[in-house]
Amino acid sequence: MDTLKLANTIRKDVLRMTNLGSSGHIGSVFSIADILAVLYGEVLSYDVKNPTWEDRDRFILSKGHAGAGIYAALARSGFFDVAKLDTHYKDGSDLSGHVSHKGIPGVEFSTGALGHGLSVGVGMALDAKRKKKDHKVFVIVGDGECDEGSIWEAALFSPHHNLNNLVVIVDYNKIQSLNTVENVLSLEPFSDKWKSFGWDTRVVDGHDHESLRVALTTPSSSPIAIIANTVKGKGVSFMENTILWHYRTAKGEEYDAAIKELEESV
Amino acid sequence: MRDQFIETITELAKKDDRIFLITGDLGFKVLDNFIATCPDQFLNAGIAEQNMTGIAAGLALEGRIVFTYSIANFPTFRCLEQLRNDVAYHDLNVNVVSVGAGFSYGALGMSHHATEDIALMRSMPGMTVGVPSDFIETDGITRFFTEKKGPGYLRIDKSWITGDNASSGDFSFSKARVVKEGTDVTLMSVGGILEEVLVAEEMLSSLGVSCRVLSFHSVKPIDSAAIIAACKETKGILTVEEHVLDGGFGSAVSEVCMDNNVFPKKFSRIGLSNVFSSVVGSQKYLRKHYKMDSNAIIERVQKMLS
Repeated sequence: MDTLKLANTIRKDVLRMTNLGSSGHIGSVFSIADILAVLYGEVLSYDVKNPTWEDRDRFILSKGHAGAGIYAALARSGFFDVAKLDTHYKDGSDLSGHVSHKGIPGVEFSTGALGHGLSVGVGMALDAKRKKKDHKVFVIVGDGECDEGSIWEAALFSPHHNLNNLVVIVDYNKIQSLNTVENVLSLEPFSDKWKSFGWDTRVVDGHDHESLRVALTTPSSSPIAIIANTVKGKGVSFMENTILWHYRTAKGEEYDAAIKELEESV
Repeated sequence: MRDQFIETITELAKKDDRIFLITGDLGFKVLDNFIATCPDQFLNAGIAEQNMTGIAAGLALEGRIVFTYSIANFPTFRCLEQLRNDVAYHDLNVNVVSVGAGFSYGALGMSHHATEDIALMRSMPGMTVGVPSDFIETDGITRFFTEKKGPGYLRIDKSWITGDNASSGDFSFSKARVVKEGTDVTLMSVGGILEEVLVAEEMLSSLGVSCRVLSFHSVKPIDSAAIIAACKETKGILTVEEHVLDGGFGSAVSEVCMDNNVFPKKFSRIGLSNVFSSVVGSQKYLRKHYKMDSNAIIERVQKMLS
């Protein structure tokens, strides 16, 4: 699959979904759109006709506020009709602003409160180890999410139990809810922290598909932490690296300009 | 009752490899038999209850029947959002086992008093709340939890009932047990505090007051029929719990009455009234201090009937 095209489609879908629903977290989805595209386009094993296939790889989006991104990735991968995406944020819809599994084939786990997804992924990885299964568990966490203590409980646990079937991808876009990560609660030296906990830590450009592919698929004897350096709002110039677009929804001229920019970048 | 839980879960786990026990680094010596018998179905998650509960959810999503084990408020309050979002919302068969109900660890201080847990757990959609008062109930609830759908909470007390007043025969989950038949007033309790109720019943009986004693091992679901019958057949209901009054067992009983438009002639609740305990003491001592012991029950009944 052309993962560059998939990433671009996810961004356009999310622009449209948040425009129609008048809310969402565009910047947070755009920073992981490339990661989602590489995961769903090439890395993950799944069967859209049998979403609970026992040997599938498991994927959890722990930063649940980027739920629109996983909905778009799943629809574009064939799990459900793309038309359903336009119900996002609407009254009576299954597609809530933070990712929910109910009524959505392909969503492994509902998230929204931060600091939950990694521990659940740890449980899935532990189960696979105990059952001697070969599938892997992938979890995307946000950088701001790493303020949560539960992330570090899971970070401590995983190497101790040799969960080398677990891959955590940190979306390190360096902006959180109210300010930059550096100003709110600095994570640096970030990769060293994961390394010191015993993770095989890989620092990559989170928008470079080849780097992501290699980092996501190269096996290890330890759990893998991919520190993906990303840009919040990546793909639309006026949305990049701004806190405003963590919250703002593109309407009118802004929407047209964003779509135009994405269409021209394919 | 703690040892009974371990005995039952070990027996069940031997036959069903889906059963999985996780401890938050507590249960010195107590868990040894389970660990020796079913090592692949055991995990010590360390002192990290949020991670423990998330892991439990992950295991349950893969088809496991999980029990998390710790004491007092650690497996409930400390990881409440994990229980709400990860376990209950996903309707997973994860069962929280907390040892040290009420003032079981009285002398250890307020941090180790589990006195708001019933209210917390019963508010959770889909949660089954079991509060045994003897070995047969502990065994029965544990077995039921492995068969039911969705999450459960097992509240284990350090005090329990033995002898003629303990359960005997078949166990039927959520059905209130008639420990004594009576016509004047119905005494309803959950957990080991039933021992105080029984002392009070004997004294009241000698004073000519006939008490029906009902022991509820399940707060959610609750045996509504037994409550409604008590409203109609006796002159009043007194609930007794080693727990705060707000949202606890007595609240659950009163909800049944109001929701069914069946009103007891007299109604009263014994429990902790909007306080934390900073008093040091044994379970027995603290029950007396907070007016939840047999004397307090006798006084309350006499007041109700006066």
